[in-house]
Formats: sequence, C-alpha cells, structure tokens
Amino acid sequence: MDNPIFLLSFIVFAPAVGALILVFFPKGNADVIRLFTLAVTIVVFIVTALLTIPGFWDNSFDTSLTAMQDTFRLPWVPTFDIEYFMGIDGISFPLVVLTAFICVLAMGASWSVTKHVKGYCILFLLLETGMLGVFMALDFFLFYVFWEVMLLPMYFLIGVWGGSRKEYAAIKFFLYTLVGSVLMLIAILMLYFNSDLTQLGAEQLIAANIIEQPDGTSADEAFTQWLKSEDLLAEKFNAKKDDPSQMLHTFNVLALQQMGQHTSLFDDFGTDAESSLPVKLLGGGPQHWAFLLLFIGFVIKVPSVPFHTWLPDAHVEAPTPISMILAGILLKMGGYGIIRMCYPICPAAGYSLAWLVCTVGVVSMVYGAFAALAQKDFKRLVAYSSVSHMGYVVLGLGVWNVAAITNSDYWNMGVQGAMFQMIAHGISSAGMFFLVGVVYDRVHHRNLDEFGGLFGKMPLYTGLSVVIFFAALGLPGLCGFIGEVFVVLSVWNYSMVLAVISAAVVILTAGYILWTIQRVYLGADYRGPHEEELTPINSREILIAAPLVFFAILFGVYPKIVLQYMEPTIDRQVTELVEWQKDMESRKISGALLPEMDVGRLQTEQRFDDIEERDNNLSLFDERTRRKLQPD
Amino acid sequence: MNFHSLVEDVISDTLSSLPLFGPEIAICITIFVLLATRVLPVLDRIDAYYLTLLGLVVALLLPDGGQPWRMWSESVDIGRTEIFTGMLVYDGFTLFMRGVLLVFGILLLLLMRITHVLDRRDGTDVYTLILGATLGMCLMASANHLLMVFLAVEMASVPSYILAGMRKTRRLSSEAALKYSVYGAGTAGIMLYGISLVAGVTNSVHLPTMATRLAMMWPEMGVEQSYVLALGGLMIMVGLAFKLSAVPFHFWCPDVFEGASAEVNAFLSVASKAAALALLVRVAIGFGVIPPSERDDNAAMIQADHSHAAVSYVAHTPKKNSRVAQVVFQPAASSAVAGPASLRGFIAVLIAVVAAVTCTFGNLAAYGQTNINRLLAYSTIAHAGYMMMPVPAAIAMVEKNPESAEIAMASLGVYIAIYLFMNLGAFAIVALLRDALGSEEIADYGGLIRRLPGTVICFSIILFSLVGLPPLAGFIGKFAVFSALVAGYQVTQHGYLIALLFVGGINTVISLFYYLRVVKVMTIEAEPDNRRPIDFSMISVAGAYVVLVTSPMLLFFLKWDWLSKFSRSAVDHLFS
Repeated sequence: MDNPIFLLSFIVFAPAVGALILVFFPKGNADVIRLFTLAVTIVVFIVTALLTIPGFWDNSFDTSLTAMQDTFRLPWVPTFDIEYFMGIDGISFPLVVLTAFICVLAMGASWSVTKHVKGYCILFLLLETGMLGVFMALDFFLFYVFWEVMLLPMYFLIGVWGGSRKEYAAIKFFLYTLVGSVLMLIAILMLYFNSDLTQLGAEQLIAANIIEQPDGTSADEAFTQWLKSEDLLAEKFNAKKDDPSQMLHTFNVLALQQMGQHTSLFDDFGTDAESSLPVKLLGGGPQHWAFLLLFIGFVIKVPSVPFHTWLPDAHVEAPTPISMILAGILLKMGGYGIIRMCYPICPAAGYSLAWLVCTVGVVSMVYGAFAALAQKDFKRLVAYSSVSHMGYVVLGLGVWNVAAITNSDYWNMGVQGAMFQMIAHGISSAGMFFLVGVVYDRVHHRNLDEFGGLFGKMPLYTGLSVVIFFAALGLPGLCGFIGEVFVVLSVWNYSMVLAVISAAVVILTAGYILWTIQRVYLGADYRGPHEEELTPINSREILIAAPLVFFAILFGVYPKIVLQYMEPTIDRQVTELVEWQKDMESRKISGALLPEMDVGRLQTEQRFDDIEERDNNLSLFDERTRRKLQPD
Repeated sequence: MNFHSLVEDVISDTLSSLPLFGPEIAICITIFVLLATRVLPVLDRIDAYYLTLLGLVVALLLPDGGQPWRMWSESVDIGRTEIFTGMLVYDGFTLFMRGVLLVFGILLLLLMRITHVLDRRDGTDVYTLILGATLGMCLMASANHLLMVFLAVEMASVPSYILAGMRKTRRLSSEAALKYSVYGAGTAGIMLYGISLVAGVTNSVHLPTMATRLAMMWPEMGVEQSYVLALGGLMIMVGLAFKLSAVPFHFWCPDVFEGASAEVNAFLSVASKAAALALLVRVAIGFGVIPPSERDDNAAMIQADHSHAAVSYVAHTPKKNSRVAQVVFQPAASSAVAGPASLRGFIAVLIAVVAAVTCTFGNLAAYGQTNINRLLAYSTIAHAGYMMMPVPAAIAMVEKNPESAEIAMASLGVYIAIYLFMNLGAFAIVALLRDALGSEEIADYGGLIRRLPGTVICFSIILFSLVGLPPLAGFIGKFAVFSALVAGYQVTQHGYLIALLFVGGINTVISLFYYLRVVKVMTIEAEPDNRRPIDFSMISVAGAYVVLVTSPMLLFFLKWDWLSKFSRSAVDHLFS
C-alpha cells in the first residue's frame, strides 16, 4: 500500500471487483452473499480508517500538509487530455472515510432486505464504487463519470426494492439528477475548451500536480527539467507554448483552479474577430455560465429549494439502508462539488453570486424546517429535516463578501462549519433513517400520529434515538451543534438579516424534533397497528446504531478530531481565494483611480505581478471599506 | 485532344482506380455468384450464407481499398485520390465508412444466421439484396459527383424497399415496403430536380469544381441565381433528409420499422444512416469548402482581396494578451480554402435546425410507443439528429480553424462506430426475443429478468448506452459531439451552436424516459400470467452473439482513445 495508485484504486474499485465476484455466486444462499458484501465494505473501511492514523503507511493522511496528497496521474484518453487522476486532501478525505463507514453500517442494515438479495448486493457495491470515486477523482471527466455511475444502481435500488410508489420515486430521482448532470457536462466542456495549460507558470503547474518538484530544486528548475522530459504532456506543452493560437486544454481540476484564480482564461469566450471586444454569452463569460450550471447541478443533489422535491419521495420509497446512504453520503456530493469545483475554478462568478448561494441556503433551511413541521410520515419528516440541515452547508460555503479582504476568518469559519456540518449530518441523518427503519420493520407503518409509548416497549432503542435526534437538533455537546454554530456565526458578518433568520431556524428545528420525540417515543401507550410486534432492538441493530451514537457524541465533545483533518486544506483554499479577491478588488480600484484608462481592457489584461503596487492600492481600499463597515 | 488520347486517358485512369475500388468489386462479384446459384443447380448446393460471408470478408481484407485498420499506424497516410475521373473520391473517410459498413454487414449476416427469420430459399435473395444495398452505401460514402450521389442513393434504396417487405406473409410488411418505396421515389425525384437546378447554376456537378465555381461566382451572384441555388440545395437536402429519416421526412421510418423484421431494421438504422451521414458530409463540404487540390489556384486570386484587411487586423491585436491572438485571423489564404462564408453559414444553420428538430421530435414521439420496433425507430430518428450536430460545427469552423473542424468531423466518426454496436445490439436482442416470445410489444417483456437475466442485463446496458450514460460507450459519442459544438462556439462565437448544445442536453434527459420505461418493464414489473415457457439460454450461440455486441459498450469506454485516434486519422484530408 505504499503506492498511491494501488491504494486509492483499491479503495475505489474493491467494491466493484466484489460486485463482479458476486455475479458468480449461486443464487440460493442469501446470508453468504450478504456476509461477503459486508466483508467487502468492512475491508474498504479498514483501509480508509488506517489512512487516518499518521505514519501507519507511507501514504497515510498527513494533517500537516495543505495540498493534495497521495496523488497519481496516468494518461487515459490522450486525444481529449483525460487522465486517471486521483488524490485526497482535507476536504475529500473526511468524506471518503464517512462514505466507507456509512456503507458498512448500511450493509449491516441490509439484512432487512429479503427480495433478490444477490442483485441488491451487486448494485450496492457498484454504488459504493461510484461514491468513493466522486470524492477522490481530480480529473473533471473522471469525476463526472463516477458521478453518473452512481445513478443507475441508485435507480434500481429504489425502483426494485422500494415501497409502494417506488417507480415514481426512482424515475423522479433519476430525472432530477440527470438534468443536473447534463448541465454539469455543458459547464465542464465550456471550462475545458477555455482552459490553456501554457498560460500557467511553474509554481502553478506544480500546484496542479503536473510538475513534480523534487526536494531542493526551485520551481523554475523543476519546470525546465519537466519540459525536457519525455512526459506526454510536456511534449504537447512544448509544441504549443510558443504558438498563442494553440491551446493546451485540460480536465485537471487543480489546473483549472489555478487558471480560474491566476489567469483571465475563463473571463470571456475568446475575442471577437472584428471588434476585438471580449465575447460573452448573454452577458456572462465561461466562469459565470460554468458556475451557474455547476451550481444548479450540485444544488439538485444537495438538495436545496427549489430543486428538492425528489428527495422526500426518494427517501420515503427507498429501503432503509438506501435512505441511509442517500442522506448520509449522496447529499454530501453536492456540497463537496460546490466547495471543490464551483468556488476555486470560478472565483469571480462565485464572488459576485454569493448572494444567490446564501439565499438558496437560507431558503432551504427555512422551507425545509417548516415542511418538516407539517409532515405526518416519519420518514418524510426526516427527509425534510435533511433539506433544512443541508441548507447550512450551502449557506456556510457562500458567505464570501468584501470584508474577507481585511479579515477572512469569517468565511473560513463558514466553510469549516459547512464541512463539519456535512460530516455531522452524515452521522445524524443516517442514524435517523436507520432508527425509523427499525420501527418500520416491526410495525410496517410510519404514520407519526399512530405511534407513542415506544419508550416503555423499546427502552434501549428510545435512548439511542433520542441521542441521535438531539444531535440533529444541534444540542450543544452533540455533533450537530458545531457546524450550525460555525455557520450562523460566520453569517453574522455577511448579512445580519440572514444570520437572524438562520439562527431562528434552530427554534423550528427544535420544534419539529421535540414534537416528533413526543409523538413517537413518549406518551402512555402505542396507538397504531401491530402492537405485538414491538420487540426490543436486537443485537445487529444495536451494532449499527451504537457507533453512530458514539460518533455523534464524540464529534460534539471533541470536534477537533474531525477539524484537524479539514482545517489546513480549508485555510489554504480560503487564503488563496482571498488573495485572488485582493487582486481583483485592487484592479477595480486602480481602474477607478485612473479613469482615463480603458478599465475593461485593464481588467482582462493586467495581472498584478507587482505585489507592492497591489498592496498600495489595497491600503486605499482598506480605508474605504473600514469606513463603510464601521461607521463609527 | 483527339479521340485516341481520350480513350487512352480513360483506360489508364480506370486501371489506376480499380485497386482502390476493390471492395466494391468484390461485392459485385459476390452478388453475381449469388444470382448464379439460383440459376445453376450445381452451385445451388452451396449455402449462400458462406458465399456472402466470404465476399464481405474478402472485401474487408483487400490490401488497397480495404483494411481500414491501416489508419491506426501513424505512418500510413491515405491521402485524397479522385478515382474514375472524379466520380468518386478515395480518402480516409471513405475507408472508414466502408470499414463500418462491411463490419456491420458481417455482423448482420451472423445475426441472420442465428435468428429464425430466413429459410434457406429466401436466404439467397435477402443476402443479394443486402449486398446490393451495401454496395450503394459504399458509393454514397465516397461520392464526389452529384450524379454519383443520386445513383448511389438509388442503389442503396431500391434493395431496401424489397427488404422491408421481406416478411411476405405479414400485411404490415407489405404496407411498409409500399410506403417506403413511394416515399423514396418521391424524394428521389425531388433530389434529382434539385441536382439539375444546381448543375444549371454552377455548370458542374463535380463537387470540388462546384465548390470552386461557387466561391468565384458568389460575390457577383444575382438574386435569381441565388434563389435557384438555394432551392436546388434545399431539394438535395430533401433527398438526404429522407435517407437520414430527418424531420420532416421521417414519416416512413416508424411504419417501415414496425412492418419489417428487426434484422432489416438494424440494417436500415445503422448502415443506411451511416452512409447517409457520410453523404451529408460530402455534399455539405461540396457546397461550402474548396477541396485542397483546387486551392492553390484560387488562393492567389482571392488572397488579393483579403490580404489588406487581414494585415490591418493583425496590427491591431494587442500583444500582451495572448487570448486575443488565439482567434486572430488565420492567414488570408484560408478564406480561399473555405469558399464563400455566407453560403457556408446558410448550410450550417440549415443543418443545425434540422438536427435540433429531428432530435427533439424523435425523442418526444418515442415516448408514446408501445411496440419496441416503433420505439427504436423514433430512437434512430433522434440519434440521426445527434449525429448531424457536429456537421454544422465543422462547417462553421472550416475557415478559422480547419484542424478543429476535422476534429468535429471525427466526433461524427466516433459516434457512428459506437452507434453501430448500440443499434445492432438492440435490434439483435429484439429479434431474439421475438423468436423466443413471439411478440414485439413492450408490454410482453414484463418481468423478463426473472426468465432471461443475461439477455435483459445486456439489453439494459445497450438502452442506457443509447441514453448516453457513462460508463457506457454511448456517452463517448455524446461527449464527442457536444465537445465539437463547444469547440465550434469557441472558434466561431456563433450562438446557434450553443443553442444546439442545450437542445442536445435537454434531449438526453427526455430520451431517458422511454428507454428507461423498457428497462423498467423488463426488471421492475411483474410477469404476465399467460407467459409460455421460453426456450432461450445465454449459453448458446445466440447468447454469445448478444454478449459480443454488448461488450463494446464497456470496452470502448475504457479504451476509447484508439477509437478517437482512428476516426481522427480518417478525417485527415477532409479540409486540409
């Protein structure tokens, strides 16, 4: 496991290989098939868990590094510059571990699935491959492929093993996600055709993992060496670097990030041949289009209002383990996409559309909470609570405003809060869906008004449930609290109105969760059918619920255990984007200071290589903002 | 030039052309032998199947005109040769399309052997007709002369009419054949009229000469002449649209597909469509782009007009910003290469509109179908729309960036190669299920996965590939086509290319509905009560065939670099 190629490929493709082996299993023995699948998920989880221990392997995750780790690049389709390029950093790694963890628990919960077990297990493992691949892929094309690979297994898992309206729910899920991914494909192609590696400098190419920098050499030396090497990309680079009409396109996400932050490649679609003005499409450059299209694609997955309607249906119809995966992992991909793709690649668009991102986040929080209050179906309630909780993630990512120039801590806090909320919600929502499933398996209904008195009949189950539900509520000391408080604090600096609203959502959340606990667990006696089936929770179920409860408490008491992995990477990304912002704002000011010059041309052409000049401009700017922000 | 030297010229030209025409000759000989077997009792004992297979394999293996895989090696350059005094053209594209048609012919032959659609007597006739149509299609792919275009289209169509009526005992089949031939005859007449109009305006029907003449005449062309030219062009487009089953000339397609057998449908949907697309490319280039061999003479002439403008433009280009330089005017000679821009713009927009409408209509109409053949008919209409999309992008880009234009055309090649396996696979499974179930209604496929898991999984893979979902090959085709459109927009800044891209994207979503419905019926729905026992196993020749045509869906995806290299070297000499 010393070579990242084997390590990461093993994590991603071990489930797929497991699925292939399962094809040859005889149909009859369901338990053997389940145990084999469980073993595969456990092996994958153990490998990822061992990565968290510093120094266990050469490739173990190093929390002191801020850059991508364990990267490898292999050419896949050279004619389209597509690479088999993967790696992990503080943003993706916690999600990879979460995925492997939830998959083990979901497989453990799959003993309740009794129909066509072999097909179920095969699809389950393929789904796991897709999810892990999304978090590790660093080639945009590869990312897209994994993103789509999840769709088919998910469709069948809902459509075949789901509840009474399974077909409707499955196609709705498929359709929504496909719309999102088609928009994403268009955005990817726009970025690809506007990208040009030859515009990047030596340090940026190193940051994009295209050049390896051996110890003790300077960036420029490494660059010269690379140009002389027989690397396929270096040859193309040499051929195209002196000819400005030739562009060297790339799908490399890290390189695209560098281009978004350090060049003007994504500002416009080339230049008009006659007027020599930059070309925009309906007023937007590639950045704006790409950001918007990607954002819609990701927000469908999150899901945020108004693209959320697939989620309640999918959750209600999906079998319990699939609901756990949907809420625990799939929703996180939207957030991950926004933080990994949208902002770093299209900073200008992200900056100018921050209001949109924040509004979408807050509206989802409020709408999801109100909708949850109105539900009669236990699972639907939990589903809407997911919409509400994922709103925090979108909001936390979006709180980027002018003030970040003088103090980027708030935005940093927002992003950290969003990331933490993703992990915390992964734990609490998977737990809630599992616990709903436990009681549904017994009484075969989910009508909130027909529960009550479970405390007396299933005491241990009720205890576990209350912890998980309180974690979702955001009770201090449990995992939900940290993310929410980070996000709400960071919003205060962005917009007080939004901050007040988002803080008020906590009350709504408390409302529907406490009311649910009251209706389901408390009360004198059970009011629904199948009362005799209400047997105490069995040991398999305890084994699944207990780890979730454990982590819900652990992350709440000692959040650093998660934050230590994320913090360095998030710091770095936020700092880089704020650097970009400083460049951009100072260009604006110098444009205003020199009104006789053509501002438009200045913006597209002039890059502030001269740090001093930029800082002079910024100090002027600082004065102004300070006066604006602090009127006293 | 006296008569003697004229004859000498023709003879030497013909002799040098013959080797490059080898595959067609091999097909002709096979047709002749097949016809002879019906007459001579001695030969009648040989199974026509083997003769046909031999003929196709020989055609594919001939050293000069066959062996398309030669193009994989970088050192081989096919070049561009006009043969038979310019009636046909032999280049990488010809070789590529011929390869597609012959490989498809072989695979189709194997399929017909496996399914029970033919008895031995019929076999000879059907094989002859298929070979005849294939011959016509090969000519379509290499046509370089409008007369040849017409002859090739007819050569491909007439055998197809009879093939559509192959299931003699079915009324629907005869109806299909009749509809097809009436429709075909009508559009052929219109196309011929269009050819005569164009010939009248340009005084030539040789495509490169025509392009050159048009480039020269265009600036001074009067209104009447340009109307006549536009009318002629539109009428030729009618003939092409019929072969492509493009809206609004698609009405024959669902009826014919419902009446004809699935094997014939595979032939009509793949071979016929591939040839029609190749022909579309040839004609579109013929109208708008001057071929390389004619350029030198024109370049000097037209350069004089443009050089002034170009030079003054370059002087204005800001030096600091290399992004601007990226779209700087190509050297002035390129406008001579390209021919009249406004004419090209008209062609590109026309094809783009037809592509968008065809794609959308096909996908929407497929939604209501209950018969699998009709559904797949509308699906092929929609796919014709997707496959037409790179053509306007390429035509629009010719002037500014011929290299990107060629890559756009290569995306068409990639799509066709994948489409071959997708549609052949779909119709092969429909044919096998027809033999096993005795039905072509989608409703009768209910719960089939419990009986035939292997077949249903393969069919689902093919259907999802038709939607264009990764990790299946259909996605590569879509990806290549969409990227051609974005590249086209990037180079030319024509908004209609981005509009076309969005149309393509939305259509992908629409198409999901009806493909997924078939999958849903097979996997999720319950079995009908009155199902007969099914006599079909995956462990058989038929099962192996299904796996054979399905496996490229995954293999192409993993290794699509060679597919795209292959098609890129095939289009090497289209524009440069």
